[in-house]
Amino acid sequence: MQVSMNINGEPVTADIEARKLLVHFIREDAGLRGTHWGCDTSNCGTCTVWVDGEAVKSCTVLAAQADGHEVRTVEGLEGADGLDPVQQGFIECHGLQCGFCTPGMLMTARWFLDRNPSPTKDEIREAISGQICRCTGYKNIVDAIHWAAEHPRTNEVTA
Amino acid sequence: MQTPAPTDYVRATSVSHAISLLEEHGEESRILAGGHSLLPMMKLRIARPEMLIDINELDELRGIRVDGDELVLGAMVTHREVLESPVLFEHYAIFRECEKVIADPLVRNRGTVGGSMCQADPSEDLSAVGSALRGSVVIQGASGTRTVPLREFHEGPYETQVEPAEIMTEVRFPIRPGAGSAYEKVERRVGDWPVCSAGVYVVVSDGLVTDCGIGLTAVSAEHFCAPAAEAFLIGKAPTEDNLRSAAQLAADAADPSSDQRGPADYKKHLANELTYRALVRAAAASQGA
Repeated sequence: MQVSMNINGEPVTADIEARKLLVHFIREDAGLRGTHWGCDTSNCGTCTVWVDGEAVKSCTVLAAQADGHEVRTVEGLEGADGLDPVQQGFIECHGLQCGFCTPGMLMTARWFLDRNPSPTKDEIREAISGQICRCTGYKNIVDAIHWAAEHPRTNEVTA
Repeated sequence: MQTPAPTDYVRATSVSHAISLLEEHGEESRILAGGHSLLPMMKLRIARPEMLIDINELDELRGIRVDGDELVLGAMVTHREVLESPVLFEHYAIFRECEKVIADPLVRNRGTVGGSMCQADPSEDLSAVGSALRGSVVIQGASGTRTVPLREFHEGPYETQVEPAEIMTEVRFPIRPGAGSAYEKVERRVGDWPVCSAGVYVVVSDGLVTDCGIGLTAVSAEHFCAPAAEAFLIGKAPTEDNLRSAAQLAADAADPSSDQRGPADYKKHLANELTYRALVRAAAASQGA
């Protein structure tokens, strides 16, 4: 079946099997490898992207379901003014070691901060409770998101 | 790599269109709601539908509203919408307390009330809430709609009264002025299925319990409820002794199995203790404490 969607503002069209998961469409058909494909079971959250402004686990959404919708991936975080504060926060606070979980952490963090701009650290921990990091113990990730909360973004949201 | 078996996909444009698609494609077709139960089952090839009928675009199945003396949730209301709904919280704290411990924020963005109810997992948290509050569901088919009490809805694990060419469209809950409600859950780790959960509402008037509902999940309580415990409490003061006795009766309604989530006697203990804790908080809330 033919599927078309906007990813980070760019139209992407491909002829795919109906069973194809959104994460594989993003990586294989759109060629955007920033979104990682992890546990395959909706647990780890590294495949998190936005569909119509809502953070979702793209291993548990069919690409067909995103047909005609707006998708935003980690590649769409950086704006004309440079890195999004959540990206900068992960640099400032050393919010990653191997980096595998990072794209999902970043997309969830930005979605969360847009809805709750001044969270407590407990609220940040709850917000990322659907993301798994096997390196850091989460402390630096929570610090990074907290850093971002104190540095509001200036970039326009693309989707 | 987990990939669903080959399937076809079609988007429904209305509830009646979805029903006609179900009739056209027969028992090998499935409604695709939030997809957070069905797609994992398809990846494991436990489910192999030949046709997916996507109802995500149907606005008629969305929205939370008050209709007379009932709260009405469209089948496609997401878990996050339930969690954040001021009107649901105003009437029943149990909705927020329960949703806060269902899965994680991203799953709650996508998973739906109707999908959870129709999946009918024997450990579903919302099923305990629905039975505790004596909710009902509206089911639509080609010949019209029917309303089924949630305490008659489940026919067994993963089996409900929804027929192959029918769709659940709404879940309805009676509003009870003065009711207090609470939800208690024990899980192995954040966001997991419960080892056991208990959800209750209590109405206390002039120092006596005049109305109550007790729901249990993950412990094989018939229809996710504990009627003997409810009957015991009616007309009694919500004292520690009475609430303890009711909690013991609730545990008697549980018939859990030992599995990876814990031994049966531990789950019985949880059914008792969690019911007690929920009753204490709900009774206090009803009395304005």
